[in-house]
Amino acid sequence: MNTIGKPRRRVDARAKVTGQTKFADDLMLPRMLHCKLLRSSVPHARVVRIDTTRAAKHPGVHLVLTGEDFPISYGILPVSQDEHALARGRVRFVGDPVAAVIARDELTAFEALDLIDVDYEPLRTFAGPEDSLAHDEPRIHDYGDRGNIHKLVSLSFGDTDRAFADADRVFEDTFFYQGNTHLPIEQHAAVAARDPDGKLVLWSSTQTPHYVHRALAKALEMPAAHIRVIATPNGGGFGGKSDPFNHEIVVCRAALLLDRPVKICLTREEVFYCHRGRHPVLMEMKTGVKNDGTITGMRVRTLLDGGAYGSYGVASTFYTGALQTVTYHIPTYEFQGCRVFTNKPPCGPKRGHGTPQTRFGQEIQLDKIAEGLKLDPADLRLRIVEQPDTLTANYLRVGTIGLSECIRRVVRASNWAAKFRRLPTGRGVGLACSSYLSGAGLPIYWNDMPHSGVQLKLDRSGGVTAFCGATEIGQGSDDVLVGCVAEVLGIDPLDIRAVTGDTDLTPVDLGSYSSRVTLMMGNAAIQAAERARDLLADAVSKKLSLPKDRLVFADRRVFDTENPSTGVSFAEAVQAAEAMFGTLGTTGSYTPPKSAAKFKGGGVGPSPTYSYSAAVVEVEVDPSTGWIHVPRVWIAHDIGRALNPTLVRGQVEGSVYMALGEALMEEQTFRRIRPHLSAALVHKFPSMLEYKSPTTNDMPEVFTELVEHPDPRGPFGAKEVGQGPLLPVMPAVANAVYDAIGVRIDEVPITPEKIAKALDAKAAGKPARYGPSSFPHIDWPEPMQVPPPWEGGDGKAKVKSTKAEVRSTVVAS
Amino acid sequence: MKNTHIALTVNGEPTEVAFAAYKTLLEVLREDLNLCGTKHGCELGECGACAVLLDGRPVLSCLVLGVDCDGVSVTTVEGLVADGRLHPLQDTFADLGAAQCGYCTPGFLVTAKALLDEHPNPTREQIRDALSGNLCRCTGYQQIFEAVEAAIVAGRR
Repeated sequence: MNTIGKPRRRVDARAKVTGQTKFADDLMLPRMLHCKLLRSSVPHARVVRIDTTRAAKHPGVHLVLTGEDFPISYGILPVSQDEHALARGRVRFVGDPVAAVIARDELTAFEALDLIDVDYEPLRTFAGPEDSLAHDEPRIHDYGDRGNIHKLVSLSFGDTDRAFADADRVFEDTFFYQGNTHLPIEQHAAVAARDPDGKLVLWSSTQTPHYVHRALAKALEMPAAHIRVIATPNGGGFGGKSDPFNHEIVVCRAALLLDRPVKICLTREEVFYCHRGRHPVLMEMKTGVKNDGTITGMRVRTLLDGGAYGSYGVASTFYTGALQTVTYHIPTYEFQGCRVFTNKPPCGPKRGHGTPQTRFGQEIQLDKIAEGLKLDPADLRLRIVEQPDTLTANYLRVGTIGLSECIRRVVRASNWAAKFRRLPTGRGVGLACSSYLSGAGLPIYWNDMPHSGVQLKLDRSGGVTAFCGATEIGQGSDDVLVGCVAEVLGIDPLDIRAVTGDTDLTPVDLGSYSSRVTLMMGNAAIQAAERARDLLADAVSKKLSLPKDRLVFADRRVFDTENPSTGVSFAEAVQAAEAMFGTLGTTGSYTPPKSAAKFKGGGVGPSPTYSYSAAVVEVEVDPSTGWIHVPRVWIAHDIGRALNPTLVRGQVEGSVYMALGEALMEEQTFRRIRPHLSAALVHKFPSMLEYKSPTTNDMPEVFTELVEHPDPRGPFGAKEVGQGPLLPVMPAVANAVYDAIGVRIDEVPITPEKIAKALDAKAAGKPARYGPSSFPHIDWPEPMQVPPPWEGGDGKAKVKSTKAEVRSTVVAS
Repeated sequence: MKNTHIALTVNGEPTEVAFAAYKTLLEVLREDLNLCGTKHGCELGECGACAVLLDGRPVLSCLVLGVDCDGVSVTTVEGLVADGRLHPLQDTFADLGAAQCGYCTPGFLVTAKALLDEHPNPTREQIRDALSGNLCRCTGYQQIFEAVEAAIVAGRR
């Protein structure tokens, strides 16, 4: 290996450190106009009247748009096409876009927003899941499983009742995971224009240009071939730029109508209201264990506060119950999930998508189980780690598992044995583990086409260009693309140009979500590069009269492995191939293996392979104030193979950082303005100053270890790293707090106030914990019964057309 | 609205610019001088993405009015490259993974430059402190600290 596995400057680094990377808001086009959105000031209402007359007459205003201009709905998932670019008769949260002004500059557009008159007829506000479960009417949407319940899931894999009866101990706990948001430093921005041929071009800070392309074609009723979506490099995404957004569709319509470029850049406050972030999840976990720690069965119930729209919510709901079985062997498993609509900004995917919440509960519960069984938490986990190359109870096909080694590495590095239950009061360590997808096994819309495509162009200059629809969001996808091609062709990554994220120029890649890019694009890139290498090898073999299998591609040369001085330069090899075959170009594509799960809902969770992580967090807690300090974190991540270790370390450390934000301070929460003022339900702190996130002074030392056992399913053996390492950190913090001061904080964020309350409870002789006390009653449908593989199951549900299925077929119109 | 007019030094070059009087230095740089390397994340002085050097000292350009900048000297990320070569901080940021999405990077670079100009040999704690007004959501800061430390070494060579 000449490129793979070596720490390298990423190929786009120079552009980034010189400020030349063109983000969406950096685009300035001639005759460009500016757009601003009027957003709802009320949480739930009928829109009785919108009068835009005064705004339209305001000097400098070119166009005012309302819901009348956007008759067609859209949404990221086919089952929840519940959004309109601008409200049509109904607003569902404070911040829901109602009208748009396009003007000569931002200031004029802002001024004109104040001149739009909107009459609202208020409807009942659903502030949280308890409201939505208690009241079916008025419905926030006219679709969903029942009343204001968007989605109900009920799945059963084996007989958990019997498993609990057979267990030596059964543990039941409730946990709450507060919502939080992505907070990319770049605010969403988009520019739309007609190209000289009259076709539409959208430049946007999106993670998913392909899905935006589809949404635009639908919402604007235009042929997709007349629309070009260019994903500009994202100034951070973390899942927050994965939906098609109102503002993207609005500027497209405006640019088409005005035949002028139109730009929008959201304010920071608007970014908080766009959200699509972590769902608040209340969860109940019941786990049966034998005295040796073996799990007999597990039941997970989740209640997700979805906010006002579907977004990725159906997938998020399934994800809260999907991956428990991938980490530890759980022979019987039951999952019930419920997502409700509320009048708040929609929740969606944030780093870890739906899995951090239940991972938090599961790993704290394991800590409690270890204590109950008088086992070391690391030893307990080592006993129950899932086996590699197995099918789980819920039909997820697991590949390589480096989790045991991850656990051993962090135990050793942190000096766990000397610290756990041995540090003085106020100091403690906690351990937790996790796993994550290396790409969703199924696309968002059902189809049999590849998930990622790569095209290579080689010409007589010796230059190579790699084209792929993948989107650079900071994770380094351009570098992975170029690195894989460079390795196969034996040239330097900086010799290759990457053209990415452009629906006109690049083959489809589904987007930067679900940690799918390295594995899927990487495999496609290797295939395209191997096909190109094959053409070059044919030509050089003929030219040098050498058998093909003796040719080596390295150091920008193609040469004889037995006599390295005999060979040609890479450019000469391309010239020989161009002479022999004509113009050179190759393609590669990747389609994940078919899922083993054949039951309804089995589409969420399958992945070509899974990454694994283990973390030990050390904390210092001041018992008098509850103040928490995290001095050190040790984390080991099973990556298969690190393609560029510099980038991999950045993903691990960045995950630990974001995880600590979620664990200790970040929360996307809301408050009611007092009724005599407006009764609106608003974000508590939609600013970067008050929405606390970790600064340089809050960041602990992070000790990263990479476990590299190449997985045959990954490119050069690589698995994901973008999301998995976030997952173990939050529960490890909670477990460390318990080790330090003997109180359980069963929810995030773990704040000084909650610690103080738990300490007070402990002092008063009450349970030494802070967290939810119960899970509400939900009228679950009959579980769909899917016998696990070891009970002779074939991945299909046993009983058909149950109540569950009838209900879940009710989808958006 | 009538434009206002100022003369200042931008990245070492004498510059004159006319702009709407309400604009911040950030807006003047990006919109009127076409220097889009300087970014914005909040426009309220919270994130540090818009940091530039004003007479050598780091300021948040979203909190500085353009009209107040007559006669000043401004350094932006575009001004860090000298004689066609990257500044040592740019090299080490690029080599060591300190720039992931790259959006906060210009603000970090100029703030770190101001630190090194004043304290050629800062400790890790001084680096943390100097950069505490710059938010980065990608890196977890560790590779940024290491890049600043490596630039100290590179600067000495």
